[in-house]
Amino acid sequence: MNVLDIKDLTVEFPSRKSVFVAVDDVDMSVEAGKVLGVVGESGAGKSTVGNAVIGLLQEPGHIAGGEIFLHGKRIDNLSYKEKRLLRGRKIGMIFQDPLTSLDPLQTVESQLVETIRTHLPLSAKDAQKRAVELIDSVGIPDPEERIKQYPHQFSGGMRQRVVIALALCAEPELVIADEPTTALDVSIQAQILELMKKLCEERNVAMLVITHDMGVIADITDHVAVMYHGDLVEYGETTQVLGAPKHPYTQSLISAVPRPDVKVDRFPVVNYIEKAGTPQKQIDISTHWLGKSRDYEQVAGPLVQIRDLDMRFEVRGSIFPSQRKYFQAVKKVSFDIEQGETFGVVGESGSGKSTIARLITGLYHPTGGSILFGKTELTSLTNRKDVLAMRRQMQMIFQDPFSSLNARMRVRDIIAEPIKFHKLASSNAEVRQIVDDLLDHVGLGAQSGQKFPHEFSGGQRQRISIARALATRPRFLICDEPTSALDVSIQAQILNLLKDLQEELGLTMLFISHDLAVIRQMCNRIGVMRNGELCEVSDCDELFEHPKHPYTRELLDLMPSLELLSRANLETA
Amino acid sequence: MPYVSNEEAKAAIQDRSGHQAAPGRLSKVFDSDMFHSFLRSKVTVVAAIGTFILFMLAFLAPWVAPHNPFDLASISILDARVPPVWMEYADPRFILGTDDQGRDLLSGIFYGMRISLIVGFCSVVAAAVIGITLGLVAGYMGGRVDTVIMRIADVQLTFPAILIALLIDGIAAGIFGGVDREIFAFYILIVSLALSFWVQYARTVRGSTMVEKNKEYVQAARVIGIPSVIIMARHILPNVMGPVMVIATINLALAIVTEATLSFLGVGMPPTQPSLGTLIAVGNDFLYSGEWWIAIFPGLALALLVLNVNLLGDWLRDALNPKLR
Repeated sequence: MNVLDIKDLTVEFPSRKSVFVAVDDVDMSVEAGKVLGVVGESGAGKSTVGNAVIGLLQEPGHIAGGEIFLHGKRIDNLSYKEKRLLRGRKIGMIFQDPLTSLDPLQTVESQLVETIRTHLPLSAKDAQKRAVELIDSVGIPDPEERIKQYPHQFSGGMRQRVVIALALCAEPELVIADEPTTALDVSIQAQILELMKKLCEERNVAMLVITHDMGVIADITDHVAVMYHGDLVEYGETTQVLGAPKHPYTQSLISAVPRPDVKVDRFPVVNYIEKAGTPQKQIDISTHWLGKSRDYEQVAGPLVQIRDLDMRFEVRGSIFPSQRKYFQAVKKVSFDIEQGETFGVVGESGSGKSTIARLITGLYHPTGGSILFGKTELTSLTNRKDVLAMRRQMQMIFQDPFSSLNARMRVRDIIAEPIKFHKLASSNAEVRQIVDDLLDHVGLGAQSGQKFPHEFSGGQRQRISIARALATRPRFLICDEPTSALDVSIQAQILNLLKDLQEELGLTMLFISHDLAVIRQMCNRIGVMRNGELCEVSDCDELFEHPKHPYTRELLDLMPSLELLSRANLETA
Repeated sequence: MPYVSNEEAKAAIQDRSGHQAAPGRLSKVFDSDMFHSFLRSKVTVVAAIGTFILFMLAFLAPWVAPHNPFDLASISILDARVPPVWMEYADPRFILGTDDQGRDLLSGIFYGMRISLIVGFCSVVAAAVIGITLGLVAGYMGGRVDTVIMRIADVQLTFPAILIALLIDGIAAGIFGGVDREIFAFYILIVSLALSFWVQYARTVRGSTMVEKNKEYVQAARVIGIPSVIIMARHILPNVMGPVMVIATINLALAIVTEATLSFLGVGMPPTQPSLGTLIAVGNDFLYSGEWWIAIFPGLALALLVLNVNLLGDWLRDALNPKLR
């Protein structure tokens, strides 16, 4: 018998002007002990399904049609109070961010005991015992000791384990996990997924996993529902849907997932998914402004040589040097970046990879070591004119497309700013022409210049960022997690664009990412970072086929396997 | 608000003149969520209309006021302390009666409101300019600059604003003692109000600046090589103006009240250029002898003005605060 049955569910969000249908006529069901994955890109309505089941739809959203059954009992029309009793007792919830889903002012124990006693008729002592058992069962060592601690004393992965324990407190029949591993590093993601799968089978709990990540789907789900703009486009057994997708959307979604096992030249163009804007207008680079007057001094060897780079941040300041405390973000890092290559830096959060980018661009000043760019030593530049000349040669693309553009400026002014500031064009008319060409070139169309950033989607904003970075005619481009805030289909487009631009303009790139698959597709050589140290530098294929450092091997092992994904789709690539 | 480009301004003009045009700025304003939240709140609409009428009466005082209280030729001491028209011994020329020098009270209120509003506006603008500049610098530079500026602000916050205004006014009076005080009263008042209110702007702007400066668009500007001053003015400033507008609106009401208080205490506007506070101060002397209208009507005008502006400010705060949406 199915634990959860969703029949013809329609969820609407009425707004002043129209009604937005977030979920349109969706059917799905989960059996006990099985995992159902709901996958889709942002705005697909996958989280809305979860919220509708647990009765936490955000105002003014409401269920406009359909029925939800829990063990054959209809639950979508219950009163607020009845729904409240259901939550936690029959349905457990795991949220995305373990940093914010625990109360920082209460110990783990008191949070667990409170939840247990709310739902189960247990004495304080029994509840306590049960809490310890739960903490033990989610794989936290020393449960008796650690249960007395506060959430901030746990690491991100451990905290997510506590959240899982909380969800399982009252022996629910159904657990809804909304992006349970998105905020975690790959190594921890693998452990958490394994734990969830194990608990689900042991306790015979039905689980609804909502995610955007095909890797998660491939790893733990038995069934999968693919959603697109509120519609359920494909639904079936995971092996079948991923192995032989029928719907064109599923096919394109799967082909857009970067593959860690095979290197492809370009990502397949996924035109089903986003209105990619106007087709890229071809510009003859050799005669155009973009390609002209690249009057940089030629260097023979590597473009960037980093030696013994050191960076520490003051964590606690004091007038006495002995009292100061530091955090060593980058430790004695050395590597070269050859001209025209893409050098990848991969590592988990806190490994210091973004710090390196900021050190090279001069946003931070290193505490030691040297950065040689061409023939210029960057760390000893003091003259403002020299600094500006350097700034012009290297540009950076940031991670978050929503905060990397000034919301109060028109796109045209955002892109024109570096050109005007560095006086790279002789007249305003020329600047205007260059900006229009740049917008055309990144696939947005010149007419989008008069809009404001908020009128664009995440992928389009990232294109604007790229256009701005190109506007100084740099020869070195640093990409700091340029696609980690984007959906896979859009990620594929942006990565393609970056590849094309690099080829056309002969750019040298430093590409930073936590995603090994993306790194493999983009880079010629790769450096692996951990805790501020560079573990290993080697050629791309070499690293994936024959990793030398144990940490690299560990990372590679933990990658979600995508073997299930159909090989057939690769041929279209 | 972001600046309006020529094209958009033209489009807006075309809209108004009835030509076919793409949705222009005006229709965007009428269609915005903010305009709808405005229409939904009845109190706010009433407050907006009230504020508009009061502002019009104040700024058009020379044309709408029945008399010119500053024209010595037209006032007569014989008309002094005439009660409002609905009372005995009233004079139909003076609807709300006259003050102790025979000046028409209604006209006095219009002109007084004008002075109160001008002083209010100027001091709010001056305080905002000082506060925003210092707040931006403190928030962006951090370190010692930040410490020095914010300590000064903290120290100043321990004194009530009115005390600081009185203090500055007193010092200024000492400096300009010999010169005719009436010429400078207006400017001294603005400076003392501005110096007592800048702290709020500085604190708010500093806080928002510290958030904005870590955003990636600021880092992008730094990577391009743009100097700090331009980053502050062109990139950060427009993004921290939202809360400033709210504070400015609420502070306008506060500035008007403080000005009235100072004038009432005799350190603000002199009786020759009476603001609402001066009028109330004059009326205060006659309150116990039965001529209540001289104090009550300017007081009512002051209350209405402040209430309306405050209601507008409250709505603005709610409308611009994403947390309350």
